[in-house]
Amino acid sequence: MKRLKVFAVMAAAMALTIALAGCGGKKADGDTVKIGGNLEMTGGSASYGASAKNAIELALKQINAKGGVNGKKLALVVADNKSEATEATNAMQKLISQDKVVAVIGPNLSSAAIAATAVNASAKIAAITPMGTNPNVTVDPANGKTKPYNYRTCFIDPFQGTVMANFATKELKAKKAAIMVDNSSDYAKGLAQFFKENFVKNGGQIVAEEFYLQKDTDFKATLTKIKAANPDLLYIPGYYQEVGMIVKQGREMGLTIPMAGGDGWDSAKLPEIAGKNALNNTFFSSLYSPDDDSKLNKDFVAEYQKAYNARPDVFAALAYDSALLLAKAMEDAKSFDPAKINEALAKVNGFQGVSGTVTFNAQHNPVKSAVIIEHKDGKQTFKTKINP
Amino acid sequence: MNKQRKNDLLALGACVLIYAIFEVLIQLEIIGPFWELNMVLICINIILASSLNMINGYTGQFSIGHAGFLAVGAYVGAIFTVKLGLPFPVAIIAGTIAAGFLGFLIGLPTLRLNGDYLAIATLGLGEIIRICILNIDYVGGASGFMGIPRLTSFTNIFWIMIVILFFIKNFKNSAHGRACLAIRENEIAADTMGIDTTKYKVMAFTLGAAFAGTAGVMFSHYFYIAHPASFTFMRSFDILTMVVLGGLGSMTGSITGAIVLTFISAYLAEFPEWRMIVYSLTMIVLMLRRPQGLFGSAELSAQMFKGLTKRIGGVKIGK
Amino acid sequence: MDMGSLLHQFIQQMINGISLGSIYALIALGYTMIYGIIKLINFAHGDIYMVGAYLGFIATTYLGFGFLPAIIFAMLGAGLAGIIIERVAYRPMRNAPRIAILITAIGVSFFLEYTMMLIASPQPRTFPAIFEATVYHLGPLVVNSQQILILVSALVLMVALSYIVNKTKAGMAMRAVSFDADAAQLMGINVDKTISLTFALGSALAAAGGVLVGIYYNSIDPLMGMMPGMKAFIAAVLGGIGIIPGAMAGGLILGVVEALVSGFISSTFRDAASFAILILILLYKPTGLLGKNVREKV
Repeated sequence: MKRLKVFAVMAAAMALTIALAGCGGKKADGDTVKIGGNLEMTGGSASYGASAKNAIELALKQINAKGGVNGKKLALVVADNKSEATEATNAMQKLISQDKVVAVIGPNLSSAAIAATAVNASAKIAAITPMGTNPNVTVDPANGKTKPYNYRTCFIDPFQGTVMANFATKELKAKKAAIMVDNSSDYAKGLAQFFKENFVKNGGQIVAEEFYLQKDTDFKATLTKIKAANPDLLYIPGYYQEVGMIVKQGREMGLTIPMAGGDGWDSAKLPEIAGKNALNNTFFSSLYSPDDDSKLNKDFVAEYQKAYNARPDVFAALAYDSALLLAKAMEDAKSFDPAKINEALAKVNGFQGVSGTVTFNAQHNPVKSAVIIEHKDGKQTFKTKINP
Repeated sequence: MNKQRKNDLLALGACVLIYAIFEVLIQLEIIGPFWELNMVLICINIILASSLNMINGYTGQFSIGHAGFLAVGAYVGAIFTVKLGLPFPVAIIAGTIAAGFLGFLIGLPTLRLNGDYLAIATLGLGEIIRICILNIDYVGGASGFMGIPRLTSFTNIFWIMIVILFFIKNFKNSAHGRACLAIRENEIAADTMGIDTTKYKVMAFTLGAAFAGTAGVMFSHYFYIAHPASFTFMRSFDILTMVVLGGLGSMTGSITGAIVLTFISAYLAEFPEWRMIVYSLTMIVLMLRRPQGLFGSAELSAQMFKGLTKRIGGVKIGK
Repeated sequence: MDMGSLLHQFIQQMINGISLGSIYALIALGYTMIYGIIKLINFAHGDIYMVGAYLGFIATTYLGFGFLPAIIFAMLGAGLAGIIIERVAYRPMRNAPRIAILITAIGVSFFLEYTMMLIASPQPRTFPAIFEATVYHLGPLVVNSQQILILVSALVLMVALSYIVNKTKAGMAMRAVSFDADAAQLMGINVDKTISLTFALGSALAAAGGVLVGIYYNSIDPLMGMMPGMKAFIAAVLGGIGIIPGAMAGGLILGVVEALVSGFISSTFRDAASFAILILILLYKPTGLLGKNVREKV
């Protein structure tokens, strides 16, 4: 009997706390409007979230300095998705129902972004993923329909994989390619799949397909295996941290063939990790280069450098664009009503961002051109531009 | 026995009451979707913590690979609903059985080990399960299993949790449960007393794994996705922390641990850079202050509160 | 594929494996010492290795130290960190239940990882090239000078450690405490001091490993210690926990197995293979390859 009482008291207390917490959701004060950042602040991909947060805060600071949007200031509320899909839904839920944000930027990881779409869709709040390149972020694979509340500022994997496959056969005259895929990333697997399909269609042959995981550091065993297969091109869709080590170790193992990859290579760290000489004769497709000489981008790079003492990487650039894009949609909508913001987003046409122009197609993907960049003595040099 | 039955009925009444309070609050939208999500998460964590408590707390076997069984449940359940189109209850049963069966297969050889060695072996097995899932394209591989419908609701997870808790409580008080407790206290002595130690260790391990599987099914059907990154050894550590925080061997302790840690984690979401630092410091300080956990191996009861008021001043509670 | 090339590949994989294994061995040496003395799976050991790598990074990048001063700086710093951690987090727990200490160790590990993330940002850092790697080609085989350096360092440190443990007074105290702490205390050994010393030594070794690996892979980040820490523990168990040459042997075996699995099966199963080895070894010879069986007494 006594135990029961304790239980009842405890339950009542708990219900009360939760109820209070539920009421306690902070309302935006009159002059600021909150946008959410569902970002990778901890866990294996914490660096993406850090870059994105910096860039969004920079964008909001600039916007607010100019007087804000529709007479109000914008503020960022970050929720940590721990680089994990389930936590991303949790974070999305928190941003929407606790913090009452009007729109969300993130997550960057495709798998996290895909998981979180269900939450923002049911709450009818728009979400823009800066770097979720997997097609399923904006399209429901079950019925092929576009998810009405999800957008992205990057291009999608099929396009990028195709671009590199064509470049490999036409420009590099590659016949036998080996692929080294980051097996823990949807992005890398998507790229690999489309590269493979198109490379084979172009008459090429895939002589080896190997996998690695993020945070791996020793690739010599796999590279030894690849070398034995004797390819004339190594395609490494993945992120710069591992790519840098793969290139470095590959060159040491005597792999002198050209190496290629996607926008995950885009980082000032890559030449530092791989070494300038090792990086010669490597190419990657990208949607952003900090060396892009548009005025918008130059200003962004300078401001970012000033604020954070680092060059922006692709995550920063696209998060920055996402923030500006949201502000634009709010301006177009002349409202902070989530439904109107969403409508305005879908209609965005010819938005100029640091990573290029954004016009959403029917699948809410921006139609963007890709650039192929070659490394020469540690410097990124523009090789060619490929339109979709 | 009659008294026991009466107590059970009263407890059941209390559960109905608790459920009614929360459900009303949800219906009135006083509890918003975010806290509803966290309540579901709390229920899942309670199942996980109290099932791990069966292995670690009652039987004294040091297992830190619980996330592996959670993963098996999550994936098997999703295969049943998404790929085979079967109803949710079938998926729950299938996920439970699959995880339990795997627990049995794994438990049989590894439970010969003890202490730290068993800990490391279970940790390794948990990782092996995850790596295997990572390599199965049928369930999405590294991208995760997507498109899982949200079939878990506060109602069904709450009642499943209650059923499991009742089961565990009765297990502890049964002859089997007492055999497990004997093994925890002294395995060799239990053996000489004629207890088939292997049988009971495997039994506790299998049951614990099975309930983790149930939690897994509920988990993947709430978050729309089952992703290998959700089932790393970090998750196992989380569950273990809940159990130890509440007090090894105390079911109410596991429940409290699960509630407290889920809350801490939810509140700290606003300070992402500090979240893990605060979380880790909480863990360290709590262990330094109360290495036996909040409740020791005792159960939460009114007696305990009485004892506390009498002996206020930091004297050991329980035992 | 013809036999010759297969053989070359095999030998190359052995080289790759030994170089990887010597890294595991470097971390495992400290791991095994600490486990040997207080029977604690120090989950934070991999993070001490990370701290060491960052200290080395600070020494070379900001303080302009050369290789040797940098490694000594990192070893001293990490040794100190080890002493502090033991003093603050582990010593008060010495008589607590084992599982509570384990949770504390996990807590310390998280604390180190995320504090470093807060201080140094989660972005990976690159080491300045203190010395370039020279690549040696032996026919089709490739070895580089850094790989040799790491292997030699691991061997030298193993020998030094064995000497300290077996021939010095402090080492004798360590063995005594490991055998029976209470008895050692009665014999006039300062148990606390001995344990502190063990942590300092073990942590310093991890830091040396961190710096060498930082130079070798040229990239460090706050979570770099997680997997190697785990692998080093496997290596320590494999060789027989508490046994110094065992850690070395365990590390090398683990490295070679991983290289062979990556090279001839698939790198996706590499980690599963190392865990599988761990479990097999635990089942059939729980005291490790070089360990002696101890009969349990009632």
